[in-house]
Amino acid sequence: MAPLIEIDGLVKRFGPIEAVRGISFTVERGEVLGFLGPNGAGKSTTMKMIAGFLAPTAGRAVLCGADVSVEPLKAKRVLGYLPEGAPAYPDMTPAAFLTFVGRIRGFSGSELARRVGLAVERVDLASVLHQPIETLSKGYKRRVGLAQALLHDPEVLILDEPTDGLDPNQKHQVRTLIQGMAADKAIIISTHILEEVDAVCTRAMVIARGTVLADGTPAELVARSRYHNAVYMRAAGPMPRGVLDYIAGHPHVAGIEPSDRAGDTGVLVLSIDGRMIDDVVRSVVASEGAQIAELRVERGRLDGVFRDITMPPAPSRPADPVPSAAIA
Amino acid sequence: MRAIAIIFRRELASYFATPLAYVFIVIFLVMAGALTFFVGNFFDRGQADLQSFFTFHPWLYLFLIPALSMRLWAEERKTGTIELFLTLPVTTAQAVIGKFLAAWAFTGIALALTFPLWLTVLFLGSPDNGVIVASYLGSFLMAGAFLAVGAAVSALTKNQVIAFVLAAAVSFLFIASGTPIVLAPLQAWLPAGIVSMIGSYSFLSHFLGITRGVLELPDVIFFASIIGVFLFANTLLVEWKKAD
Repeated sequence: MAPLIEIDGLVKRFGPIEAVRGISFTVERGEVLGFLGPNGAGKSTTMKMIAGFLAPTAGRAVLCGADVSVEPLKAKRVLGYLPEGAPAYPDMTPAAFLTFVGRIRGFSGSELARRVGLAVERVDLASVLHQPIETLSKGYKRRVGLAQALLHDPEVLILDEPTDGLDPNQKHQVRTLIQGMAADKAIIISTHILEEVDAVCTRAMVIARGTVLADGTPAELVARSRYHNAVYMRAAGPMPRGVLDYIAGHPHVAGIEPSDRAGDTGVLVLSIDGRMIDDVVRSVVASEGAQIAELRVERGRLDGVFRDITMPPAPSRPADPVPSAAIA
Repeated sequence: MRAIAIIFRRELASYFATPLAYVFIVIFLVMAGALTFFVGNFFDRGQADLQSFFTFHPWLYLFLIPALSMRLWAEERKTGTIELFLTLPVTTAQAVIGKFLAAWAFTGIALALTFPLWLTVLFLGSPDNGVIVASYLGSFLMAGAFLAVGAAVSALTKNQVIAFVLAAAVSFLFIASGTPIVLAPLQAWLPAGIVSMIGSYSFLSHFLGITRGVLELPDVIFFASIIGVFLFANTLLVEWKKAD
């Protein structure tokens, strides 16, 4: 079966500025694709093109077999779209607004009421249903935007920063909602929150300067981290100097760094090529008889991977400095 | 058609969701009345007709209609709702027509509320009701033409004040294009044929023709085609400017 979303060579130029420089990918049913990237990377522009709001300079976007530029109405019918900033008519109430969107989507009568009711329930809007949208908090406005995108239970969902402005509980709620819908839809979300990628996305794509710089599962991205499979270790008392020297000398160990968390006395043992080194560390600790309060294997850090991918390497220093010698 | 009707309903309701509708209608009625009685010398003329009422409509519309049309697209772009609106399964043409018809219906409501003037002349004498009906229809058509101009201009900018000023300026050219204000400077360097063609675009002369009691087909076609042309331009402008 064809993928629900097919993007082929999308390019967008604004005058001399090339905002999106040839992005291609497909999203299958059941996939949740996360767009990651710095501000101005071209994430929103790409989403606007997929949603049919912006005409691409080159390339095409196909939703459920309908080319967005050739059969816009057909493509828009299968799409639920939350634009950046979740715009909604400020003088309308959520009830009136969702009813309007539902009517445009072709529902009427009891089916319309059922759809609106379901969407309201899913994003927990019932308490503000009859207040003008302009009087609502940022979190409620975002949820109104989500409700209108979900109203017709679309096969393709494009959500530009769906959890922006929500508090941690609401974020969790929206992520659960997305996970719950993921099985029978193709979903693209954009976010600045790296933990969100881990929480909801089956696949992540890092976009910067209008091109895709990385594309893989969150686990694959994390594996690029220099902290991938590093061992965090904190001694109960002062760490015996010999232990660290001994560990640092192991051929699979790249180096040892102090923990960068505030007030943390632990160290991070970095591995070469992400090899598992916890056995090495454990056996050294045991043989030296050091008292260890905490020892665990790190998965890696998405934020560091994100920085490495998206920041152009500074010429004055190496992009990935080899950690200096151990400390005690 | 269904989509246009749904958009029409939402838009028309949105006028009444804010004080805009009430302010507009009150100002329109007060101004129309004041112009009729104080400037148009309704009583001194001693005639049971509404000539002194309709004469001022082009000038009333000149600044009241842009006040209505300025928000149509500028506000939609400013608040970003245009991105939501135009990614719903509607065509740009349906969106343009739905918004226009709602604004036009709203001016129709304001115009209809001037009916007490008609009752007044009916009470005072025996007016030619045919002329009055024709004048109302002509005024409504002309309001549509002003609105179509204003709606198209509103798609050009995110700034409602700019939309207002530009719409008023373009509308003024359409009112005055049959008068020496516009024609005299053109006569110096344009052929007579083109000058008279520009003169024929005057809202004023077409409207005055109608208020004399003859709702002639050419005048109706004139206003209808102005509406059509500007709605078409509106659609192109929305497509062109929507994402700026």
